[in-house]
Amino acid sequence: MSQLSVLERLEILADAAKYDASCASSGTTKRNSKGGKGIGSTEGMGICHAYAPDGRCISLLKILLTNHCVFDCHYCVNRKSSNTRRARFTPQEVVDLTLSFYRRNYIEGLFLSSGIVKSSSHTMEQLIEVARILREEHDFRGYIHLKTIPEADPELVAQAGLHADRVSINVELPTVAGLTRLAPDKSAPQIEGAMGSLKEAIVEAKDARKRFRHAPKFAPAGQSTQMIVGADAATDADIVGRASTLYDRFRLRRVYYSAFSPIPDASAVLPLKRPPLMREHRLYQSDWLMRFYGYAPHEVQQAAGNDGMLPLDIDPKLAWALRFRGDFPVDVNRAPREKLLRVPGLGVKAVNALIAARRQRRLRLADVGKLTVSLAKVRPFIVTEDWRPLLLTDRADLQSLLVPSAKPTQMELFA
Amino acid sequence: MKPFRDMRLAEAFRIQLAAPDDFEGWRDAARRMVRADVPPDRITWESPADQGGDLFAHGDRRLPSPPADAPQPRVSRDFLQLAQSVILHSDSTRFSLLYRTLWRLQSRPRLMDDKADADVRAMEDLARQVRRDIRKMRAFVRFRVVEGEEGEHYVAWFEPEHHILRANAGFFVRRFTTMRWSILTPRGTLHWDGEALQEGPPATRADAPSGDPVEALWRKYYASIFNPARLKVGAMLKEMPRKYWKNMPEAALIPELIAGAQAREAQMVKAGEQDFGERPQSLGAIGEAILGCRRCEIGCNGTRAVMGEGPASAALMIVGEQPGDSEEEQGRPFVGPAGRLLRSHLEEAGISDERTYVTNAVKHFKFVPRGKRRLHQNPTAKEIDVCRWWLDGERALVQPRLILALGASAARSLLGKTVSVQKVRGEPHRLEDGSELWITTHPSYLLRLQDHGRAEEEAKFANDLHRVSQRLSELSGAV
Repeated sequence: MSQLSVLERLEILADAAKYDASCASSGTTKRNSKGGKGIGSTEGMGICHAYAPDGRCISLLKILLTNHCVFDCHYCVNRKSSNTRRARFTPQEVVDLTLSFYRRNYIEGLFLSSGIVKSSSHTMEQLIEVARILREEHDFRGYIHLKTIPEADPELVAQAGLHADRVSINVELPTVAGLTRLAPDKSAPQIEGAMGSLKEAIVEAKDARKRFRHAPKFAPAGQSTQMIVGADAATDADIVGRASTLYDRFRLRRVYYSAFSPIPDASAVLPLKRPPLMREHRLYQSDWLMRFYGYAPHEVQQAAGNDGMLPLDIDPKLAWALRFRGDFPVDVNRAPREKLLRVPGLGVKAVNALIAARRQRRLRLADVGKLTVSLAKVRPFIVTEDWRPLLLTDRADLQSLLVPSAKPTQMELFA
Repeated sequence: MKPFRDMRLAEAFRIQLAAPDDFEGWRDAARRMVRADVPPDRITWESPADQGGDLFAHGDRRLPSPPADAPQPRVSRDFLQLAQSVILHSDSTRFSLLYRTLWRLQSRPRLMDDKADADVRAMEDLARQVRRDIRKMRAFVRFRVVEGEEGEHYVAWFEPEHHILRANAGFFVRRFTTMRWSILTPRGTLHWDGEALQEGPPATRADAPSGDPVEALWRKYYASIFNPARLKVGAMLKEMPRKYWKNMPEAALIPELIAGAQAREAQMVKAGEQDFGERPQSLGAIGEAILGCRRCEIGCNGTRAVMGEGPASAALMIVGEQPGDSEEEQGRPFVGPAGRLLRSHLEEAGISDERTYVTNAVKHFKFVPRGKRRLHQNPTAKEIDVCRWWLDGERALVQPRLILALGASAARSLLGKTVSVQKVRGEPHRLEDGSELWITTHPSYLLRLQDHGRAEEEAKFANDLHRVSQRLSELSGAV
């Protein structure tokens, strides 16, 4: 095989990495490069250095070390049986690439993953080597996210956390049946076991740092995971349930949802149609409801229809409100915070502003209008000093009044 | 407010600040004016960047001296924090907005909590735009390297919308402490030499370097990390509006990426075309349909497809790999040398032909021509997976209790994964539809072995068939 140039390999290995949704660079400890030999800083908030036409933020250099893989997961473009071009970087090449991008302010750091070559432990060693060179030889203080390979030696997984800000293991599919069918080489208990030991290591390190200032940090930005949506038969209700269990059991920072999208040289076992991108969006919205709006998982599941799917035309919060109209209208001047958070169209910021403002004076509809994006959406669900919805919440056609009818829906391009 | 005012307060004042982001200067002046009880509409604020104030104001008039006993102005921490952002905005009314709000704070100390108040909201809006501009500068500054006598010098050209350059300097110092860098803007410049920060006069784009070799890599990365199957141009434009594009090396690619996206996705969907339409509802119809199947390269090689054979209600289905030379010629499965070997073993194991449906994982013959002969080639995993659709159709119609897979290709077709035959043979595997799968070697493998090895393998093969036969009678006995 002729040696491919760095440019060609970057093309192959970035292309192979794009199905990982996460590009977050937030939530780690604050650091800067003052007094150091190298470069880099992290200041809490992540920075998106560019946006691709798919609307996704580009914050990190997200590549695979190699896309050779001994596994044969059907949804994956890099599976053994796929007819894709293969390439590999040496750890040093990835380090050089990361640093030259970082110095030019293109990126916040590195998100490194890899196909499995030789063995899981060998692959994990290579990933750790990249992080180690960056941290130890170049005193790199930017962000590092390492994909962890659940089948690798637990000792290695523990090492990854010492260099990385974030570690992640993908659960891949929301159901065990789906995993067995589509990722025959992976095992759900093994993945969960590895996530469990990462959780323990993270908790332990946090605890140790409370007592000893110089205790080593372990993945200060926590761990995350990703689920593929629409490649198996799991409903939205299943996925929401699974996500909330994952949040609880492994204290994940984030669960990413990735709508299964067509890949070149797809396996014949995959479903005929890809799910609408909107489904992914609705799942993220429901994720937000659980994490920031105080909805219990079963409440989000109530927003789904009888088939277990969240409506695509309206957001899950509105869907929930339409189902439980008895809980509305909510009096903006009196209702507790939890109740206000349930009003469709009121976000966390708007609720905070309303609560601060109502200590000053009685709020009128116009005041609410100044603090929200769409008063029309909020109006049927609230009471203000000068407004009370007249039986509006009882109207059978309320949904059609709220759903923007003129909004053109995107046609399936290849229906 | 007092009903009667000093005459002096009816006069107008013009206050000249030292710089557009001169928060200290504004605060000192504002404090003095509040203590002197000068209402907002009597003051015109100016800074070097926004000239052209009120012509009738007396700029040279001395500012009033507040009475010695006038109390210090009251101000909340919220206000101060917000004001430090607001003052960086390019809107020329920001100074008077701040003063008006400060003025109102004297009689309404909790004013800042009233988020629906017009002035508070205006402040919040300006501060939000400034914070966004600060974030975007941190994100979108692109350094280019210049090789100088003192080593590498990283230089960037950026056009901020507001007066944020000085406020943002700390970020770049903290991040790129060990580098030598300059950020050039139309509003001023920053230079860091590794130890100290210096400010310089406004620059032009021509002062900045015009390229950097690493940008080719970065552009390649940008184009490769983008997924053409999920185009969301609106989401991109919201966070990266066009006004920033001209200073970002990767942005030049955007139009062609968008234009090419649909074509690329269509190509992927077509290449992975899954939709055969409705599956034929009888074995005969499947036999017809596979003749025209061109879903993979084997289907397109001009050979004749070979359909399975046997009773439509057979309890046992035997799946081989693919038709061979003789099978393709005759259009029937298992009629070549391997087929003959299989049949003799079946007979010995007591498995009757009449109760068995035989078929292949792949319906067409894959080969390479060698002179007059056609040499068998293994189908790829992809080809097996594609052809599985037909086998699944046969399984759905025949509904065998037990399936015997011969060789790794057949096993992959039924399990969806590649397994080692030697490891999984001799034991039942449960399939999704409830039927039972047994796996053994392909008889053509036995034909390729010699002497002792062959005898050993044939014995194992015979043993597997015996166990299948036994299991089959158990299963039929159970009903």
